[in-house]
Amino acid sequence: MTADIDSLERPSASPTFITISPGRRVKDLVARILVTGAFLLALVPLLWLLWTVVKRGFPAITSAAWWTHSLQGVLPEQFAGGVYHALYGTIVQALIAAVLAVPLGIMVAIHLVEYGLGRLARVTTFLVDVLSGVPSIVAALFVFSVWISTLGFQQSALAVSLALVLLMLPVVIRNTEEMLRLVPDELREASYALGVPKWKTIVRIVLPTALSGIISGVLLALARVMGETAPVLVLVGYSRSINFDVFQGNMASLPLLIYSELTNPLPAGQQRIWGAALTLIIVIGVVYVLAAVVNRFLARKRS
Amino acid sequence: MDSPSGHSNDPVPAAERGRGGVGLVDEPAPNPDDQGKNTARRRSARRRGDVVFARLSAAAGLTLVVAIGLIGLFLLIKAIPSLAADHANFFTSTQFDTNDPKNLRFGIRDLLVVTVLSSAFALLLAVPVAIGIAIYLTRYAPRRLSRLFGGLIDLLAAVPSIVFGLWGILVLAPAITPVAVWLNRYLGWFPLFATGNVSLTGGGTIFTAGVVLAVMILPIITAVTREVYRQTPVAHIEAAQALGATQWEVVRMTVLPFGRSGTVAAAMLGLGRALGETVAVLIILRSSAKPSHFSLFDGGYTFASKIASAAAEFSAALPTGAYIAAGFVLFVLTFLVNAVARAIANRGVAR
Repeated sequence: MTADIDSLERPSASPTFITISPGRRVKDLVARILVTGAFLLALVPLLWLLWTVVKRGFPAITSAAWWTHSLQGVLPEQFAGGVYHALYGTIVQALIAAVLAVPLGIMVAIHLVEYGLGRLARVTTFLVDVLSGVPSIVAALFVFSVWISTLGFQQSALAVSLALVLLMLPVVIRNTEEMLRLVPDELREASYALGVPKWKTIVRIVLPTALSGIISGVLLALARVMGETAPVLVLVGYSRSINFDVFQGNMASLPLLIYSELTNPLPAGQQRIWGAALTLIIVIGVVYVLAAVVNRFLARKRS
Repeated sequence: MDSPSGHSNDPVPAAERGRGGVGLVDEPAPNPDDQGKNTARRRSARRRGDVVFARLSAAAGLTLVVAIGLIGLFLLIKAIPSLAADHANFFTSTQFDTNDPKNLRFGIRDLLVVTVLSSAFALLLAVPVAIGIAIYLTRYAPRRLSRLFGGLIDLLAAVPSIVFGLWGILVLAPAITPVAVWLNRYLGWFPLFATGNVSLTGGGTIFTAGVVLAVMILPIITAVTREVYRQTPVAHIEAAQALGATQWEVVRMTVLPFGRSGTVAAAMLGLGRALGETVAVLIILRSSAKPSHFSLFDGGYTFASKIASAAAEFSAALPTGAYIAAGFVLFVLTFLVNAVARAIANRGVAR
């Protein structure tokens, strides 16, 4: 007993600040260097890739005809023509996909968040997870086997859009779901307390509150599908000239143009490849910036 | 009265109805005589609106369910006749010859080997880096810059896969070929680095494809692990700090154990992406006449790139079915990997 009391007299931890032992300090330093290095390492391919694309693609996209002409009648070795036919295809195919996928995706998300308790909601949640893991080539094969091989339609830009719908849906649903869940329940309850029916509450209160997030999510989904190459390889033929008709005929898109020019080893072909790659990155970049602007602008207006 | 049934089933007592409903402000005050009637009508209309809207949203969900069910079903329907007409063993044959519809000989053995090898190699490269980045972003990076730095990594996910493919074969491959040659020369006794079935020059090997795939799946793995690490309970971290832990010890004792299941789930998600990646691999890998023998310096096709490479010739039903069969296997493979990822993630949440 006395011994215990004696021990209480002494300070339990004598020096308040012990310097960390060299071993631990070295380990800490090594870890710091490693994780910082990992981050820097990841920047290498990003900057390398962007630099390459900008450097090699810049001469092409600054040429006079790039944004206003197609490749109709342009010989493989000729430095001429442009990508406006492919630009049209990329944008239109993605927009049609968005027109189909966005209403459906938002309705599914509403079902999951506002009504979803039953078995259907559980199955849907599971399948959205499945769909988000479906490789784009499998989505393309599916549209091929239903739309072209079973229903007998021709290859067309519309078929591509259908495959893109499958790829957009999980992104739109997941994002909308998340945004709807962020809407505080107090808003819903206040609306119910005023006697507003549930559907009107959703349409007039919940959706507008979540709108900026939903729109920017849609734009990000759009950006994602614009660069998809697998569906266009399987579902539509390449065309060197413009085709405005999405229901029939071949239609170019930027990824398809890159893929078909890959077989052209001449300098002109190389220039077109990198030019188209840079154009694609610019288009996607514009959509990204738009998403950020929408997010900031609408979010500020709301608060 | 639009629907008499709606009226008779009205559970709201008449007294309450008489209060003039819940009068939305912009509506004119109803005539006291038909006030009750009006409100009832409005209420039944309101209920109809609710029913319609609920049905609509359920229908959207159902559409999705049916669509995904059809994916599996249709791929199977289109694949079965070709599988029946297959003259080679579907699982063990290294051939993929669909030129003669009367004598289809196709098997997925090589596709499977190349797909799994390239994806596994990519995962091996990407996961440690992704964990490092996630730790850096959550624990080391200056707080103000953390979001910006995270955005930079996410930017990698915005680059289209065909651009990755271009860069991979035209820029990266020549740069890393010396590494491949060195590995092959000095570690060639190890099966993974043995001389493969394509030439090393030009770099159209699984090695190059794996490096590019690693870059491509890095952002998704980083994003998921980052989110998990960020949720480490502050109490855990502060407890470790109170015990005098260094920054690294905090990470090792709190963040990593807390995020273990999340990290594994993220890796599986990345694996799912890598398995299904199409165009980048198609551009990079060089085709080879000889079967693969588990070397990183082999060429060949993955499931996805094989299908994409033959897409232009999808006309006759039977040969197309062979590719659809391959697509179905890929579908099942990615489904399984994603299911495992989800199961691990959910178990982590439950714990």
